[in-house]
Amino acid sequence: MIYREAGQFKTSYKSDQALLPIAQDRFFIISLLAAAYILVPMVANDYWLNSIFLQFFIFSLAAIGLNILTGYAGQLSLGTGGFMACGAFSAYKLATSFPDMHIIVVLFLAGLITALVGMLFGIPSLRIKGFYLAVSTLAAQFFLLWLFNRVPWFTNYSSSGVISPPPIKLIGDYYITGTQATNLTQYFFTLTLVVVMALGARNIIRGHTGRSWMAMRDMDIAAEIIGISPLKAKLSAFAVSSFYCGIAGALWAFLYTGTVEPLAFEINQSFKILFMIIIGGLGSILGSFLGAAFIVVLPIFLNSAPALLGLEISGALVTHIEFMVFGVLIVFFLIVEPHGLARLWGIAKEKLRLWPFPH
Amino acid sequence: MQAFLIDPFVMMYDAPLFFVEVLVSGLMSGVMYALVALGFVLIYKASGVFNFAQGAMVLFAALTFVGLWELGVNPWLSLILSALVMIGVAFSVERVVLRPLVNQDPIIFFMATIGITYFLDGFGQTIWGSEVRPLDIGIPNEPFMDFADWSGLYINKFDVFAAVVCSILVALLAGFFTKTKIGRALRAVADDHQAALSVGIPLKTIWTIVWSVAGIAGLAAGILWGSKLGVQFTLSLIAFKALPVLILGGFTSIPGAIIGGLIIGAGEKIAEVYWGEVMGGAIEDWFAYVVALIFLLFRPQGLFGEKIIERV
Amino acid sequence: METNTDDCILSVDHISLAFGGVKALTDICFNIREKEVFAIIGPNGAGKTSMLNVINGFYHPQEGEITYKGVHRKQMKSHDAAVQGIARTFQNVALFKGMSTLDNIMTGRNIRMKRNLLWQAVYLGPARKEELENREVVEDIIDFLEIQAIRRTPVGRLPYGLQKRVELGRALAMEPDLLLLDEPMAGMNIEEKQDMCRFVLDVNDQYGTTIALIEHDMGVVMDISDKVVVLDYGKKLAEGTPDEVRGNQAVIDAYLGVAH
Repeated sequence: MIYREAGQFKTSYKSDQALLPIAQDRFFIISLLAAAYILVPMVANDYWLNSIFLQFFIFSLAAIGLNILTGYAGQLSLGTGGFMACGAFSAYKLATSFPDMHIIVVLFLAGLITALVGMLFGIPSLRIKGFYLAVSTLAAQFFLLWLFNRVPWFTNYSSSGVISPPPIKLIGDYYITGTQATNLTQYFFTLTLVVVMALGARNIIRGHTGRSWMAMRDMDIAAEIIGISPLKAKLSAFAVSSFYCGIAGALWAFLYTGTVEPLAFEINQSFKILFMIIIGGLGSILGSFLGAAFIVVLPIFLNSAPALLGLEISGALVTHIEFMVFGVLIVFFLIVEPHGLARLWGIAKEKLRLWPFPH
Repeated sequence: MQAFLIDPFVMMYDAPLFFVEVLVSGLMSGVMYALVALGFVLIYKASGVFNFAQGAMVLFAALTFVGLWELGVNPWLSLILSALVMIGVAFSVERVVLRPLVNQDPIIFFMATIGITYFLDGFGQTIWGSEVRPLDIGIPNEPFMDFADWSGLYINKFDVFAAVVCSILVALLAGFFTKTKIGRALRAVADDHQAALSVGIPLKTIWTIVWSVAGIAGLAAGILWGSKLGVQFTLSLIAFKALPVLILGGFTSIPGAIIGGLIIGAGEKIAEVYWGEVMGGAIEDWFAYVVALIFLLFRPQGLFGEKIIERV
Repeated sequence: METNTDDCILSVDHISLAFGGVKALTDICFNIREKEVFAIIGPNGAGKTSMLNVINGFYHPQEGEITYKGVHRKQMKSHDAAVQGIARTFQNVALFKGMSTLDNIMTGRNIRMKRNLLWQAVYLGPARKEELENREVVEDIIDFLEIQAIRRTPVGRLPYGLQKRVELGRALAMEPDLLLLDEPMAGMNIEEKQDMCRFVLDVNDQYGTTIALIEHDMGVVMDISDKVVVLDYGKKLAEGTPDEVRGNQAVIDAYLGVAH
């Protein structure tokens, strides 16, 4: 009864094309944003702000990036970690070469550089499809990581191998990176960035570029015959996807960990983000958020569960068990709901619309 | 530039014997790549599933084998028991993962096998622990000295042994696939699950069989690689070595996997020895991928794949 | 070759196409005039679909030349053909299964939508204006094809007849000059066929679109087409008005079969 669009008539295509045509959805999103901007900063402690929310936002961004490529454009990629590393190191080089550059410019340019790199590694997608492409995206993963590991120029010839981004001011005396940056500043900055970028992604997806991606995904031959250039559609998907992953990588290094090292972006990171979009839902922005939340919360839960049960388990064992649980969950989700949490959410909404009637 | 374009070739010319040694040792590991790649090909050919878990199966099998042996079980008995465990894994995978997913998209199967990878990696290490275990199967890791004295070439005994074992296994698998009745049924399943079911091919049995065979191939690869590198988590990453072999050879081609394995094994070794230093080292991480990728741009269907005529 | 090529939108000139050793088309010639309904008929495997694939650049013939709107072309990508005004539907419906009816038809407008990624990401302003303008065109097509009720339905859930209609809508959204229809009425019942005939003729009338279609139902072909070409084993058997073709002995033999 509560969730029903009856009576909400649209009188123009403009209102019909709106992002959230149903009033209840608008209300829901606005209250969610209000909670994120007002409630969370009031109640959350530093651990929550930094370890959970910041990580969640950054993963969401990367998951949106991968979802654009895999969920919307249908190009399976295992190179997400490589593209994130590319963003992190581009941002590092930019921030150290131009100390006065504003953080937003740094992030934007790092995203653009990653987009170019992504397009480069997307070129094979014009010739090869499916699993062949998936394997070739591993080339991006391994090559990029090797590059940042082995070519000293990228680390500014640091001998220790551990490098940190310079402290950058966001506005006035508020630092966004480095030790002087407060968790709250970082929280608000990342939150805003994620909201804006998620909105941008949603807009691109409902526009003609998004339709060309989905057309390419659903039936590439037909898409080409109705005038969609595979070159443009695929490379733009790689570019936009890598842009998002690149910014996520830069945020990860600059804001979340505070160090720039290739190890953080190894192949398991790629898989983690792939899991997010599978569990959250392929081809869904909402799903990217849900999946990211799930993968962030799960290890925390697994780490604290034995203690709650009064069991003593070594750290290594917890890691192994975490692996197992991840594996089981992936399979479980694929069997029960291949379309992920986002679909479950959709079904719940459908049920609510009909409630109290079964059909 | 000179160090990159000229010096390596000068080196090869100056020390031809050393070059042959490098080449041979590359080819030997190539055969071992081929064995892992063949596990992939087997499952892909027979079910259209891209089995990412092959590497995890290698690790799991090797861990089981070493673990049993360390518990005091006779090595031959452990070998048989490990093989049985791998068949058990095949049964469970078919029952728990594959069967509920019949007729889903290939990408869903692929992701499910990533799930299996994580599970097996975690499960194996939960039971057997994660420390590096040396594995000595009694073949010394030293060159044939008589041969070296006679020809000046140092060829490693273990490499030869591994290559011989792999070759026999590869030949057996290839024969199994092309000559037996089951082999034919397997190929039918790969084309279309539903159609295969409708002509009375028992999908469940077929899947269990290929996964068992792939598991046993994994056991062999695990023991060989394990005695070379020690049985440890990195064995699971052998899968990443086998993937470029697959793109090079084509996912469905047994000769492709063998030739691809040899090319990648030899190419990688030569590149690392002659160019590795100039380029900053450890280039074998990505070298195979880049070779495979460049190759794909010119021949998208792989070495032995057939060109597909697209229809609308 | 016919002498009158002035009002020809497309002429096919000695086209041959082979896959390996298999000859799909041999030395095919015909002209399609502007605003005409042109039918390609023939038994199964005669090369009809291959002919359409050649026309819109999906297959590249080994020999021969195609002249479209007075421009000769040899090799062409199919999306370029689309940009130049050739649209088509497919024998086995080739809709984008994960998208709604509306979105499917909107993809037909893609060749006319130019706003770049940045504008699309912002959405407000020019991108929205462009989106809404094209939405209106698409809504007209939805009205024309009488599929308003399934606007938001994912096409995968639609019955076959409606899918064919949506596919026609997607082709129409491209506002093509030449519309290729590959068995638009296959698998339909009488009523659906009548509807489809009406749409085809209306498109031809209202928008002046030239139509080339493949159809097996002889009744339909004879009723709606201005000109018919008959293919058999990749060769042209006959060409002419429906009446001429109907009386042609070679055509009768091909369809009814004769002892060779």
